[in-house]
Amino acid sequence: MSYLYAAYIITWAIHIAYLSSLVRRYARLRREIQELKNR
Amino acid sequence: MKRAFPIFGIVTTVLLGYGLREALVVAPTEQTMGEVQRIFYYHVSSAWTAGLLFCINFVASIAYLVRRKAKADALALASAEVGVVFCTIVLVTGPIWARPVWGIWWTWDMRLTLTLVLWLIYVSYLLLRRFSSSAQTPVIAAVLAIFGTLDIPLVYFSIWFLRTQHPQPVMGGGGSIDPRMLHAFLVNLVAFSCFGLLVCWARYRLEVLRQEVEEMQALESLLEARGSR
Amino acid sequence: MMGARGLTRATLLKDLRLEWRSKDATNAMLFFALLVVVIFSFSFDPTAEESRRIAGGLVWVAFLFASVVALNQTWARELRNQVLDAYRVSPAPPNSLFLAKVFGNFLFVIVLEALMTPLFVVFYNLHALGPAYLLLVVAALGTWALVVNGTFFAAISLRTRSREIMLPLLLFPISIPALLAMVEATSAILTGEFSAKFWIVLLVTYDLVFTMASLFLFELVLHAE
Repeated sequence: MSYLYAAYIITWAIHIAYLSSLVRRYARLRREIQELKNR
Repeated sequence: MKRAFPIFGIVTTVLLGYGLREALVVAPTEQTMGEVQRIFYYHVSSAWTAGLLFCINFVASIAYLVRRKAKADALALASAEVGVVFCTIVLVTGPIWARPVWGIWWTWDMRLTLTLVLWLIYVSYLLLRRFSSSAQTPVIAAVLAIFGTLDIPLVYFSIWFLRTQHPQPVMGGGGSIDPRMLHAFLVNLVAFSCFGLLVCWARYRLEVLRQEVEEMQALESLLEARGSR
Repeated sequence: MMGARGLTRATLLKDLRLEWRSKDATNAMLFFALLVVVIFSFSFDPTAEESRRIAGGLVWVAFLFASVVALNQTWARELRNQVLDAYRVSPAPPNSLFLAKVFGNFLFVIVLEALMTPLFVVFYNLHALGPAYLLLVVAALGTWALVVNGTFFAAISLRTRSREIMLPLLLFPISIPALLAMVEATSAILTGEFSAKFWIVLLVTYDLVFTMASLFLFELVLHAE
């Protein structure tokens, strides 16, 4: 039974980790765009 | 088109929630493997989604070589990266399933090995893209993607010749499957495919934005150089 | 004007002459393979029976690592003297350059294998129970598989940072079916327990597929801007 939950939790942990890395990369791009606009 | 992305996102979330309930609550417990069999719904759906994304990668790579559009390259990168994420999930959930059922974490059986080799090929593809940050990257990456795809049938046959220990696909096995199980599986299959495409879409938009920013920066420095002269 | 075949021959002879004078790649490969053999035989120290079973794997891993040394050298010289740029602007067919490099590497690795195999036989007390002449076929096909992809990926990794590291990272995953076939065919012949036929057919297919793909795509890699 714990194996089952482990598998489901790990699946979502990997997805969330990847999605948050996407959000981080997006935020960095936003910053760069702001800098370009301010110049 | 602007609206399509959030709508698709909401639909995917609903489908994933529904799929989770179907997999954990509604579908009956399997007799020989017990509760652990429910990993199947996520494991196989992830594998299917990874395959789907790698197919997109192949098509986008060819499209890039033919048309030389930066957007095709962005799609190739996005699908490979998200495909590797799903492939990783297959490789992690597989052993968690195998341990209670077979008593071992890993065995060099056909589908496990095939997935691992697939994962290695696409990780090397992503590494190539990371190590080469020039204007030539898209071409050589597309060429490598074609090599990788050509390799897959050869990997398949070579491993097929070494024996298989993996549970045979349930689908072709003739009518013994509970309809509620099939339903749970299909819901999860659709939900994961949508989720994979959604993430790939997000990654694609991110990459297109990055290309635009890069272009703007190049233009900016060009203008500055001209202004200072 | 030189024909495509003349170009291949000229480039090949130039590479062979350069190698004959310096012997850089050959020396490095030979010593590297020797080290692998010695370290393996230290760490395993198997009986004749066992060594027959594992020798296929050991031999090919040693040759694989050693051939990466030669493959990494392939394009370095041409890059240094801007030969590739000259080649790009000339009307010469890119494939004749590629084939010359593949033949050159093939010769180097075959020479390496011819010199190293006796050592393996001595260190591991090898003696084939199956048809030994088939080992020659496996060696030729397997070497071609490594070298054709290796030369191609060496050209790809020219376009990256730290290209010496990149080559094995690209080459090894794609070569897995070929390696599996070489290792299994060699073990099959050495132990004489099962037939090597399937693996030889697989190697032939692998060679055909990737030779065609390389010839088809090399122009793109050479002209990549």
